[in-house]
Amino acid sequence: MSQRITLAKGLNLGLRKAMEDDDKVLLMGEDVGKLGGVFRITDGLQKDFGEDRVIDSPLAESGIVGTAVGLALRGYRPVVEIQFDGFVYPAYDQIVCQVAKMHYRSKGRSPLPMVIRIPFGGGIGAVEHHSESPEAQFAHTPGIKVVACSNPVDGYWMIQQAIASDDPVVFLEPKRQYHADKADLDETATPEPLFTSRVVRSGTDVTVLAYGPTVKTAMHAAEAAATDGRSLEVIDLRTLSPLDMVPVLDSVRRTGRAVVCHEAHVNLGMGAELAARITEECFYALEAPVLRVGGFDTPYPASRIEEDFLPDLDRLLDAVDRAMDF
Amino acid sequence: MTQESTSSPGDPGFGPDLAEVFGPSHQDGGPDLVQLLTPEGERVHHPEFDLDFDADEIRGLYRDMVLVRRLDVEATALQRHGELGIWAQLLGQEAAQIGAGRALRPQDHVFPTYREHGVAWCRGIDPLKLLGLFRGVDHGAWDPEEFHFGLYTIVIGAQTLHATGYAMGMQRDGVVGTGDPERDAAVVAHFGDGASSQGDVNEAFIFAASYNAPVVFFCQNNQWAISEPIERQSRIPLYQRALGFGFPGIRVDGNDVLATYAVTRAALQRAREGQGPTFVEAYTYRMGAHTTTDDPTRYRLSDDVERWKLRDPIARVEVYLRRNGLADDAFFETLGEEADELGARLREGCRAMPDPSPLAIFDHVYAEETEELAAQRAGFEAYLESFEGSRR
Ligand SMILES: Cc1ncc(C[n+]2csc(CCOP(=O)(O)OP(=O)(O)O)c2C)c(N)n1
Repeated sequence: MSQRITLAKGLNLGLRKAMEDDDKVLLMGEDVGKLGGVFRITDGLQKDFGEDRVIDSPLAESGIVGTAVGLALRGYRPVVEIQFDGFVYPAYDQIVCQVAKMHYRSKGRSPLPMVIRIPFGGGIGAVEHHSESPEAQFAHTPGIKVVACSNPVDGYWMIQQAIASDDPVVFLEPKRQYHADKADLDETATPEPLFTSRVVRSGTDVTVLAYGPTVKTAMHAAEAAATDGRSLEVIDLRTLSPLDMVPVLDSVRRTGRAVVCHEAHVNLGMGAELAARITEECFYALEAPVLRVGGFDTPYPASRIEEDFLPDLDRLLDAVDRAMDF
Repeated sequence: MTQESTSSPGDPGFGPDLAEVFGPSHQDGGPDLVQLLTPEGERVHHPEFDLDFDADEIRGLYRDMVLVRRLDVEATALQRHGELGIWAQLLGQEAAQIGAGRALRPQDHVFPTYREHGVAWCRGIDPLKLLGLFRGVDHGAWDPEEFHFGLYTIVIGAQTLHATGYAMGMQRDGVVGTGDPERDAAVVAHFGDGASSQGDVNEAFIFAASYNAPVVFFCQNNQWAISEPIERQSRIPLYQRALGFGFPGIRVDGNDVLATYAVTRAALQRAREGQGPTFVEAYTYRMGAHTTTDDPTRYRLSDDVERWKLRDPIARVEVYLRRNGLADDAFFETLGEEADELGARLREGCRAMPDPSPLAIFDHVYAEETEELAAQRAGFEAYLESFEGSRR
């Protein structure tokens, strides 16, 4: 029963399944209806579920998230699409001040089961505000959970699990991967739980931690390193808040070295948190400091030089070399 | 709450009938539409906004529209050839932009969104600078203060607040309502119909009204926000929103360059004289796609496009000029050659545009460079050098 799908298709099928399983699930966002979203993730869903369940919203992100809060309070499970990462900020106030705190303030009486989908990351040659990696902004906020998928099969399962979660989830989708690679989806399989990390390639020399778009970068780096006789273990974090440290710490205890790779700015990013936790938990196992490879601490640059900004295979391998040289 | 109150948007059921309050919605812009030149090229008169245009002025406006349409066509082609990452087309919106742009005085200041190529043209900005942005060599190559034209704003509606604040600054600087036409200044904020839903835009209206700021809110209602029709943003004619904020709103035929010019000029004049904000709704149509990545066949009817083609902003001026003997074949031929030259210059200029140095990533992050960032830059420079040119 397996089919070969892209990440875009995986998410589309996952959303469809979630809507079939639970009629409280609603999709909202700009252009999600007839157009199927600018990335076509919601393609065909309005046709099949109607305008009441796949809702084209006015062009207002604070409005989209804020009304989703109300719908969730009323027992619905809204899944909102933010068109691009850089446009989540008008909704930032609603997410950070309202979504994140409702359960806490209400002493658990008002759970907010909602999902905020954000296509994130760069590498698509876009103009500004279309290539950002805002994950740390949300992971820093208690009360919301943050996950990032990296491949078609995870896309299919993780979106359903995020919708089923009783907590609000910021769901990051690597837009550069939407239509890039295909994978076999077996809809009868049993997925791993949502808030878990996964070792996607085993190795012995260095643990590379990645999520979303950089998982692919890390896998390429691991292949290249292997030809030089270096063995990289790659972990797809999948969940950024909460972090699933068990596989990470197990791995680093074996390899003694860790490199974190993300597109977001390095300063105060996910890498900083991972480095701190690894250092706290397995200081004596470390052969080298935990290194970070990421976007520079500058605004996202013009697209003609974005490939220089984004961590690539070379920069990742350079960090691996540095870790090995200690 | 009565049972009726849950009825669908098409049928309010609860409260007054909107059509009764605001009048029926009109596919042609309605009776309140200010128009000075009909789609058939006939000059009509308006009690409040009529102006005497001499032949030179009309030819000038026509020339602008023809040249920015060429700019648009060339840029679209350049995108198809991979020279631009994306392009936001203005096809169909030439009259709205040229009318608004030509109504400006040098001291006025513009806060554009991302599609104001015609206004930029009126401000004297080399179109190649616009192409640079869409090519991805920078985020905007012009000096906003030199041209009195801000950088393009991608985040919808954000610039309307900047425009209002800038206008408040003009007030403070005593360049509003002095009675000296060379000195008095105003601001124009451009945005789309979709943008009118954003909180920022509504907050800008509040501030502008509250401080009587000299700002003209110029909304190009091109009927669509990507795939979403105007009905998804507003149940009333947009220009009527202004009243609720306490300032006048006017709907003008956005495909009529004489009317957009006259109305914008009047709104700017009010602002410069210290009479506060005005909302101008230029009722127009986006004939092309939203951008070169958009596929409008998925959401709109080709009939609509055909209907709007009959209201082409350029064609009606041409008919007017020809019919009244205000321009001869030689005029149109010369203009055609000028457009060809512009096209060639844009093609060559765009292809010749060099990529920035990778180290430009670090330029201008701060006015006062930090040691942290300088170190990061030095590290990257050393890293690039370690490849000795073999990397790329
Ligand atoms: C805050 C924000 N949300 C979403 C977008 C993505 N987006 C770009 S243009 C657009 C539609 C804008 O429609 P409108 O305001 O009517 O202007 P138009 O482009 O039609 O002139 C959208 C949703 C954005 N740029 N900024």
